[in-house]
Amino acid sequence: MNTNMTPAVTFRGVTKTFGDNYANKDITMDIYSGEILALLGENGSGKTTLMNMLSGIYYPDGGEIFIRGKKAAIRSPHDAHELGIGMIHQHFKLVDVFTATENVLLGIRGEGKYNPAAAAARIREICATYGFELDPSQKVYDMTVSQKQTLEIVKALYRGAEILILDEPTAVLTPQEADKLFSVLRNMRAEGKTVIIITHKLQEVLSISDRVAILRKGGYIDTVDTSSATELSLTELMVGKKVELEIERPSVKDRVLRLQVQHVNAFNSEGTQVLTDVSFDAYGGEILGIAGISGCGQKELLEAVAGLQKVEEGSEILYDDPKGKRESLLGKSPKQIKRMGISLSFVPEDRLGMGLVGSMGMTGNMMLKSYSDGRSLIAETKAPKELAEKIRDELEVVTPSINTPVRRLSGGNIQKVLVGREIASSPAVLMTAYAVRGLDINASYTIYHLLNQQKQKGVAVIFVGEDLDVLLALCDRILVLCGGRVNGIVDAKETTKEQIGYLMTNLKEENA
Amino acid sequence: MTVDILIGWLQQAIRFAAFIMLASLGELLIEKSGSLNLGTPGTMCVGAAAGFISVFYYCNSTEDPNAAIIILLALGVSFVAATFMGVLFGFFTISLRINQNVVGLVMTMFGCGLAEFLSVYFIKSESGNVRCQEAYDVLTAKIPFLSDKLGYVSDILFSYGFMVYATIALIVGMMIFLYRTRAGLNLRAVGENPGTADAAGINVTGYKYAAACVGSGLIGMAGIFCVMEFKSGAWATADVPAIEAFGWLAVALVIFALWKPINLLWGAVVFGVCYWAESYLPQMGIVISTDIVQMLPYVITILVLIVVNLRKNKENQGPASLGLPYFREER
Repeated sequence: MNTNMTPAVTFRGVTKTFGDNYANKDITMDIYSGEILALLGENGSGKTTLMNMLSGIYYPDGGEIFIRGKKAAIRSPHDAHELGIGMIHQHFKLVDVFTATENVLLGIRGEGKYNPAAAAARIREICATYGFELDPSQKVYDMTVSQKQTLEIVKALYRGAEILILDEPTAVLTPQEADKLFSVLRNMRAEGKTVIIITHKLQEVLSISDRVAILRKGGYIDTVDTSSATELSLTELMVGKKVELEIERPSVKDRVLRLQVQHVNAFNSEGTQVLTDVSFDAYGGEILGIAGISGCGQKELLEAVAGLQKVEEGSEILYDDPKGKRESLLGKSPKQIKRMGISLSFVPEDRLGMGLVGSMGMTGNMMLKSYSDGRSLIAETKAPKELAEKIRDELEVVTPSINTPVRRLSGGNIQKVLVGREIASSPAVLMTAYAVRGLDINASYTIYHLLNQQKQKGVAVIFVGEDLDVLLALCDRILVLCGGRVNGIVDAKETTKEQIGYLMTNLKEENA
Repeated sequence: MTVDILIGWLQQAIRFAAFIMLASLGELLIEKSGSLNLGTPGTMCVGAAAGFISVFYYCNSTEDPNAAIIILLALGVSFVAATFMGVLFGFFTISLRINQNVVGLVMTMFGCGLAEFLSVYFIKSESGNVRCQEAYDVLTAKIPFLSDKLGYVSDILFSYGFMVYATIALIVGMMIFLYRTRAGLNLRAVGENPGTADAAGINVTGYKYAAACVGSGLIGMAGIFCVMEFKSGAWATADVPAIEAFGWLAVALVIFALWKPINLLWGAVVFGVCYWAESYLPQMGIVISTDIVQMLPYVITILVLIVVNLRKNKENQGPASLGLPYFREER
């Protein structure tokens, strides 16, 4: 790398905050022309936020960005286009009923008369230069995911992109498609373009990139040459040193088998396989942690157990209820499964998206679970009201009244209501995903304490988490998902953070 | 004999079709931008009232009204008054992001009420029934020669006022705009996927407002067109509910036409044939309850929706984000 040349992109002390949280803190780094840079980091390490500032979606709160040595104020995606920056998002920005050509032409100003035929010719030219395969007259709704991605890249190149950012480009591709993509990216590098790929797959980083920049918890850690890096050294940089947390972990007593998940396969609505041959057991009296890069099947796995996700033929989910009766959960409705004592609390990104009704008070939200109790025509309100009061007092929910719409509460309090309600149904299996997402330390510890109480009562707790330190301190065993497969189940007391990080990012050969 | 009945039926159907088509064209433009404007009936009433009142005053104020001024006043005032309704709709649904269905229904109630108020306030006639002969003559003028010298061809194709042909020209113009220009491409993108359009640097709010204003203007012009061509230049406060009913038919026609301007041309005629069936079927010896016949346009619209949905062809669906407010993704 010739470091005497002007960098294509320079970040100087770039900072971005969302509320009180730093998404990026004081990032300073250079990216050059004719190189492929991999941006590596865990979930929430700020990779996408940093790149969104380059593509005009966010504007930095502090610091400066230089493009080809000149200070740039990128305030909109349009500004980014003008500077020759193109970003390919994970969620494609394409109009379904338009042809490839029409999508490419979208929003382009000037350039003379509207002439799709001429544009199609130029698209073919670009495809020939870099080795893409794309039919300009094909409609987007007829395209495969890989073709859509190709179209996005062509769209950026058509607009004269010199700096190309790809956000987890291989997440949706088959290995063959990914290889094809990589050869195209190498062609672009040969043409002198700057390619930045956001990823957390280490094999890919090593095979495609020239240099690797590592972010951790919003901060910049280091940039290393790929040739001198190994999977292990990168994992260490990515997960960092272990942080000791003071979360109690009561020892496991009387482990009882509760849930057996065997050979579960599932597809999502787009036909992509999201779970592949997933098998594990969950025991009453322990907390089973589930770790993995986001979107590796955590949500689908929990939903499969809860009866919300369709599973393929040959999958089996068995449940031993506390009375000792063994039953299959497949073919049961979500309501029946809930009645059997299996409860799911999933905290999505927007918190209110699943499980709670924002405009109702605590009492109303309690009733969502109990409305069908009792036989009278008029719904029972006394019990839900008492339950709401109990949750408010025991979990110290800060609310003006139990009838205040829950969306007016703070995030932590909303989560306490959600988790509290699930626990109140005294389940035998309690599944919770991202229960502490966005919570402050105190609120998080309240939730951990609640989960531990449940564990001591003999409940089988399944805890899907994001923070590895928390998983290591709270859970008894940790199941690591990688690309929809179980890549290992480890004992939390004996494993290391590096090992889990490695399992999250490297699919074992025998599993692949 | 039967031929004469059929030709008469078709002529009435086309006369009816023309102004419904124009109103639908306005609504189609608005829906292409992703806004479902249920204020169409109200907008049509406001356009009709404002346009008629302005020519009525002009014709009564002068001995020898000028044809050009009548056309300008009738079309111009109805367009501007209806655009005002479009701006209101845009402010509530685009800027304030209030539910489009609610705003649309309110706009219809408001528009019908406003039209009745204007009518009562400005036309101080005992009965409320007035007629403007000069305007009727000007706005329904036929094309010389073509309209009477070609036998059946004249009867079927050229026996209508010039506005009918202007409407057809507007539809052709709309097709060119939507499918052959950059602005049309961008507008369709806004209605399909505003997030994508925004990321491509398209001014989503601007396009939505422009579509709401121009589309409403066209709907308003359809209002005065209806008064002249269909009501023969006569106005009565009590006619407002009838115009409102035509407005709903125009909304249904957009769906029937599967959001394609070209389908408006024949779809409107189908609606017209259905509308007049109650008068012409008995003449041909077929007697059906008028209530059932009047339902036909809505029934066939529902049938079209069912068939289209069963076939699941992506090309025949409405704009993907129709009716949805647009929020830019922000954390």
